[in-house]
Amino acid sequence: MSTIAAIILFTTVIAYAVFGGADFGAGFWDLMAGGTERGDRPRRIIDHSIGPVWEANHVWLIFCFVVLWTCFPEAYASITLTLFVPLTLAAVGIVLRGSGFAFRHAVFRTRDRRVFGALFATSSVLVPYCLGAVAGAIASGRVPDGGRAGDPIGSWINPTSILGGVLAVGTGAFLAATFLVWDAGRLDEAPMVEYFRRRAAGAATAMGVLSLIGVFVLREDAKYLFAGLTTRGLPLVITAAVCGTAALVLLHRQSHSGARLTAVVAVASIVLGWGVAQWDYILPESLTLEAAIAPDGTVIAVLVAVGLATVFILPAFALLYRLDQRGFLPKEGAEDSPGEPRLDSPLPAITKPIGRSSEH
Amino acid sequence: MRWLLAGILAIDPVPWARAQMAFTLAAHIILVPLGVSWALIMLIANYRGVRHGDADALVLAQRWSKYLAVTFAVGAVTGTVLSFEFGLLWPRFMGQWGEAFGIPFLFEGLFFFAEAIFVSIYIFGWRRMKPWPHFFSGVPIVICGIGGSAAVIASNAWMNDPSGFTLDQAGQIIEVDPWGVIFNDAMPLMAAHMVVAAYVVGGFMIASVYAVGMARGRRDRYHRLGFLIPFTVAAIAVPIQIGVGDRLAGWVQENQPVKFAAIALVPETASDVPETLFGRLQDDGTVSGGIAIPGMTSYMTNPSTGTATVIQGLDTVPAGDRPTTSQVNIVHWSWDVMVGIGMLLLLLSLWYGATWLFRRDMPQSRLFLLVASASGVLAVIAMEAGWVVSEVGRQPWIVYNLQRVDDAATANTGVWITFIGIVVLYAALAATTIYVLRTMSIRFKREDHHNQPVPYGPSDGGQSDP
Repeated sequence: MSTIAAIILFTTVIAYAVFGGADFGAGFWDLMAGGTERGDRPRRIIDHSIGPVWEANHVWLIFCFVVLWTCFPEAYASITLTLFVPLTLAAVGIVLRGSGFAFRHAVFRTRDRRVFGALFATSSVLVPYCLGAVAGAIASGRVPDGGRAGDPIGSWINPTSILGGVLAVGTGAFLAATFLVWDAGRLDEAPMVEYFRRRAAGAATAMGVLSLIGVFVLREDAKYLFAGLTTRGLPLVITAAVCGTAALVLLHRQSHSGARLTAVVAVASIVLGWGVAQWDYILPESLTLEAAIAPDGTVIAVLVAVGLATVFILPAFALLYRLDQRGFLPKEGAEDSPGEPRLDSPLPAITKPIGRSSEH
Repeated sequence: MRWLLAGILAIDPVPWARAQMAFTLAAHIILVPLGVSWALIMLIANYRGVRHGDADALVLAQRWSKYLAVTFAVGAVTGTVLSFEFGLLWPRFMGQWGEAFGIPFLFEGLFFFAEAIFVSIYIFGWRRMKPWPHFFSGVPIVICGIGGSAAVIASNAWMNDPSGFTLDQAGQIIEVDPWGVIFNDAMPLMAAHMVVAAYVVGGFMIASVYAVGMARGRRDRYHRLGFLIPFTVAAIAVPIQIGVGDRLAGWVQENQPVKFAAIALVPETASDVPETLFGRLQDDGTVSGGIAIPGMTSYMTNPSTGTATVIQGLDTVPAGDRPTTSQVNIVHWSWDVMVGIGMLLLLLSLWYGATWLFRRDMPQSRLFLLVASASGVLAVIAMEAGWVVSEVGRQPWIVYNLQRVDDAATANTGVWITFIGIVVLYAALAATTIYVLRTMSIRFKREDHHNQPVPYGPSDGGQSDP
């Protein structure tokens, strides 16, 4: 039962790392896009790409939490007690990010848009960093068992947590860039294809370098994890490396859908590698899955929920993506001429102060 | 400097954790009714628009969906905060009871996921999807809203009526029966009370906005329709809500007699218990002030035995196991506020219903519009008060008769900082949400809604490129 629950838990983590990660990554590129003028076109592609799907992408985090607190409540208590600070920061970041994005769509003054856009973009970096640091804290065995608190600061400011945080931001940016290349291609925006292709390649290279550094960090700072990664986790590490390299090559050859797929596999392998490496602990070297697992009844309830999700949610999720990618869900907003999705019109800046109209 | 640090580290996290949970829930619960009921209200307008070719209704539906996109997003993030807070504020509660308490959230997650998916499809699908498929993409939002709130309330009800598990000698859960957890005894009535509340509150909130517009003289068909649809939904829901609430009160009286004693302000077990409107419980156990209706509580509790009905008092459990005096007063006052506003809204609904029955039109008087303008705020106050009755009345327990709030809270002494931070953040969020909704409304007003691109147009779905 503990194995089944762990598989389900890690499935939600991988889904969040891929879908949520790409979403955060899009925010990262939004942040890096530069001033209002220069960043206008990439931001439009980004908005267009994540607009209809961002809320659904983040439900994975909720699922991850729910599976963790139902199946491994003791671990959840220890994690939340120990990692109070980064988790609080992540929660705040999620509020700023979600509301910032939604508000940016709803207002039309350039000044307002810029404020909300900045909130959205900066929190897009803050949240994955904090969650990555949390993952690093768990993976490096800094969370004690028994619903006790570990070091409130050192647990998340340490080499492995920093590695985890940067890796989370970086993999998200890498994924997002490969997705955005594809989206830009779909929208016939050749300069933007090139724009995001360069960034995807840059992110992939950076992640490669970071992973090499990470090997040394983990060898010193997270010995159990390192031992796992170099033995039972090795095939996944190799898969991640091969797919990451393949994504680079495919990007170079302009095979965008291939790059997208290999990027997803690379990121999923990294996350899965973490899980396999810290097997069979939920909190490495302090709490095993077996010791932390909830009674069978709870796990069965989780399985029922997974069954229902497979029957109802996955098809709906697929429908959403399909409708979105076929252009049935154009960006909403009063500024859109019926000619969407053309992206070359300037942002409509309402220059005169908004006054009450007399009608209605 | 050291004493300052020592002082900060010594701050008891429990009251702050309580305050933060209460504050964030109180904020989130305002957004819930909009997510749950606005979808139905919007679909009624959408149906009218498509079925009867009513352009005003269609424009309303489209604009409502744009507002809904904003409130749904804010509700989604404030809801996510709550799932963080379960662990951040109540780790010992989650550690001990997560395997039971957490189960309904599995299903809440499913409902929310589906809701998020279809909200996206519906909101973004106006221009390119065909009218009927688009309409039906909105139906799951309504269903999932009901299911999701029922699931959350199942967990909350479980805290009032913990069941569906077996404890060992050490008090640890060794067996869980998910069905028993979800469908605990308190769940059906509590869930119904919240779901119907969502329709009451959501309906009045939306209607009150248009009532304000009409009171200011904007009496066109668009505003009339914007008022009639949500107000009718709320007016139908009010009597149902009062019926459900009455049965829930009966359940509480039987199963949580101490909470009921707090509600009815009954210090000592007695018969011929009066209904005290407001008033205060003193520390010495006497009730001062207020208006007492002799024998009314006894009579209402069981009309067959009338005023001879015995009501269990607060004194039946030790002081440490029941709400404190000030908590009792909070519960009692909140109850009176909830019931009082409920009755006022019932009168308003009856007025509307009677006028409609006899004159086939809504009441035209200015007084009606003024009260209707206030109905949204009143309904929110009633809902918050009802939630206070439920939560404060359960004190000092987080899991009724099994775990105290004090034993459940985090040991992190910095909660007071996060509390202040969250209050500032939410205040900014609330102000911005209102600002953004106002901006949208002003923009909509500037558009001549007969000239703007009609939904599904110009050439019904698919080919809208010029």
